[in-house]
Amino acid sequence: MTAVLRTEDLCKSFGGLKVTQKVNLSLEAGARHALIGPNGAGKTTLINQLTGVLRQSSGSIWLNGEDISHLPPYLRVSRGLARTFQINSLFPKLTPLEAVTATICERDRDSLSVFDRRLFPLTRRRAEIDEAYDLLARLNLADVCSRATHELAYGKQRLLEVALAMAVRPRVLLLDEPAAGVPEGESDEMLAVLAEMPRDISILLIEHDMSLVFRFAERITVLVSGAELVSGTPAEIAADERVQEVYLGKHRG
Amino acid sequence: MTSFLGLLFDGLAYGTLLFLISVGLSVTLGLMGFINLAHGVFAMAGGYLLVVLMGAAGLPFLAALPLIFVVVAAASLVLERTLYRPLYKSTHLDQVLLTVGIIFVAIAGATYIWGPGQQPVSIPEWLQGQFSLAGVDLSRYRLFLMAIGAAITLGLVFGLERTRFGARVRASVERQRTAAAMGIHVERVFQITFALGSGLAGLGGALGVDVLSLDPHFPLKYLVYFLLIVVVGGPGSIMGTLLAALLLGVADTAGKYYIPETGAFMIYVVMIVLLLVAPHGLLGRKK
Amino acid sequence: MTMVTPPHITHLARRERWSRAEIAFWLAWLAVYFLLPKHLMFAAQILITGLFALSLDLILGYAGIVTLGHAAFFGLGAYTAGLLTKVGVIEPVLGLFGAALVAGTFGFLTSFLVLRGRDLSRLMITLGIGLLLFELANRLTDITGGVDGLQGIAVGKVLGLFEFDLFGKTAYLYVLVVSFGLFVVARALMTAPYGLSLRAIRDNQQRAVAIGIPIRVRLTNIYTLGAVIAGVAGALLTQTTQFVAIDSFGFQRSADLLIMLLIGGTATLYGGFVGACAFLIAQNWLSSINAEYWLFWLGILLIVATRYLRGGVIGGMAKLAALRPMGKKA
Repeated sequence: MTAVLRTEDLCKSFGGLKVTQKVNLSLEAGARHALIGPNGAGKTTLINQLTGVLRQSSGSIWLNGEDISHLPPYLRVSRGLARTFQINSLFPKLTPLEAVTATICERDRDSLSVFDRRLFPLTRRRAEIDEAYDLLARLNLADVCSRATHELAYGKQRLLEVALAMAVRPRVLLLDEPAAGVPEGESDEMLAVLAEMPRDISILLIEHDMSLVFRFAERITVLVSGAELVSGTPAEIAADERVQEVYLGKHRG
Repeated sequence: MTSFLGLLFDGLAYGTLLFLISVGLSVTLGLMGFINLAHGVFAMAGGYLLVVLMGAAGLPFLAALPLIFVVVAAASLVLERTLYRPLYKSTHLDQVLLTVGIIFVAIAGATYIWGPGQQPVSIPEWLQGQFSLAGVDLSRYRLFLMAIGAAITLGLVFGLERTRFGARVRASVERQRTAAAMGIHVERVFQITFALGSGLAGLGGALGVDVLSLDPHFPLKYLVYFLLIVVVGGPGSIMGTLLAALLLGVADTAGKYYIPETGAFMIYVVMIVLLLVAPHGLLGRKK
Repeated sequence: MTMVTPPHITHLARRERWSRAEIAFWLAWLAVYFLLPKHLMFAAQILITGLFALSLDLILGYAGIVTLGHAAFFGLGAYTAGLLTKVGVIEPVLGLFGAALVAGTFGFLTSFLVLRGRDLSRLMITLGIGLLLFELANRLTDITGGVDGLQGIAVGKVLGLFEFDLFGKTAYLYVLVVSFGLFVVARALMTAPYGLSLRAIRDNQQRAVAIGIPIRVRLTNIYTLGAVIAGVAGALLTQTTQFVAIDSFGFQRSADLLIMLLIGGTATLYGGFVGACAFLIAQNWLSSINAEYWLFWLGILLIVATRYLRGGVIGGMAKLAALRPMGKKA
């Protein structure tokens, strides 16, 4: 099996503080991989290194067999690495349709001429707009696609987070707590959306909601203090004593 | 050699004034991230108050100074409540526009009342003239300035390091959210430091009527100097501000003496370079 | 075959279509030529200032880059156009290209300094660069004329055909054509996918990166374009007044420009023109009474505007227009 996304001895430290320690993560094609760990385990720092917002101190990151460790973030996106944010990070004044269309135009920018990109009006890009609309429709956002994003309900904004990442047409999707802040009853909608994602997308899910993790993931990695504690199938993880200690042991102290 | 010592002396006195005026701005910026371009207005207000108090009211110089501090501080509190506070959470652009507006009103108001010219002030006799030290003639008034500056710096540092209120200020600058969570009323702390800082600016403006030459365009003329000092010193750092102000004071004085043809040009170049090299200030910390 | 345009497309197209108000706006400028022949110089000055404000709207309103030193590019364009006539390049359109080149190059180079930091350091660096150029123009008296400004500028015929006349007729049409031309280009850019990507960057840089927008490239790009247009505006002023004042570089000019844009409304394309119109007419009227009077009311306006006049004139009109259909329903 070839890994779509792989890290090799990834390390990151801020001053003397080691926040990522020799992480060797590997996502197979079509993976449904979850990354869990207590607060401060360095999950978001890891994501930021994968996307290129933070530069690793040492080690390397490989996407589809290419070393992307030193690529700027936007080029990693063009190569098919997309992410969502734990706290909504959207374009408040744009409509969902504008935001998703912008993403698609950006994805396809190399196939557009200078005139298409710079001088001809946006509505001439009907193919891109239609693709955006279809994507929004699939995520139940069609009826609000022409409203300003800041006017949308929180749940809808959460879905737009996913829509923006999907519009990149990613090979690898990093989901940073997609259900964060969504009320318990409504997280099923998110799970349904995640379950329907095509298998050619490999997914790395970071999540606190254990019921979501165990229903969705086929493989789980536990991160503690920036280092990989254990990786395995959900059953293996559930049975692992060390994991139980990390999650339950705190209560004994 | 003698001219060098004289220059150094003048530069340090000039720097002391710049420090008195800028230190409030530094704390405002460090504490609230509020870009108050109108800080120089408080200094100008102090200058004109001195003119009025000594002229029309006939108050002695030394009696006028503390009064100016109090009046400017109180006036700044009114501005803080009415104009500044609603924009704490606004964009920096809004803050810039508001404070530029205040500058314009101040310039127009001062010109209307006192006219566009420079205002003279007669400092008391015992501060006039020169005294001789190691063969160099030094101005008494400038020595007086430095003494006041030193006293106030000591007071500030002591107040900040040793008092409860000082601890609150430091906590608020350092970690605003944590400070708020610990029960420190950050806005109250800010309000008081804002008033103190404005009062000091007023004092600086009053002391500097002669040295800095007071006219209605004062807040714009020295704007870059104040900003430069704050940025170089690192927002929120008193010692940084002092160091930057003294450096600028000496450099500007020396520059005007040795290479007068470059004018303020060098100052701007230095400012841009420093902003690029040390965006968080020479003694400032990364946030 | 009948095709019904889906509502979401219509919604997107609203931004792109030339509305009646827009067409009327530009026809009104044409009408000025015939109806107000005595005020053509002033009208040209408004257009030039409006064009200058448009250049600020592109970088501030659309791309979200705050600046206190935009006059740097205006001044560079103004002096370049003036100095070009001194070395024999008297054809105005060539002068515009020269000004665009110089201002654009300077904008491109300084963009790397400006875009490094966040708001505060951007404000200070742009302020510093603006003051630096002012001081330079002030010191290099041999070239720039120092505080007296650059005088004795002899401008040739436009394209070798149209001579500038005493009444400013040629000058006005020349300014109108150039302004409208640049406006059309700016408008096309802002309604194209490119403009959408800029609005995305302004709204949320973090997310803009995450959807694959090369933000540094885009911002450098638009900053340079803003500099080019500002430079052309400066050159137009030089050519039509045959004089360059040192305050082309002044802080006051940068501040005034921000105010005009604020009055008119940011990210509207027309905000700059509307703001320039209101600003210059008010300035003309109030400062004829008393110069300090003008500064005072300007300050008051700024203080009030930051709190109550969000969106400017155009924003206010849009709000009113949005109210109307709701009123009909009720």
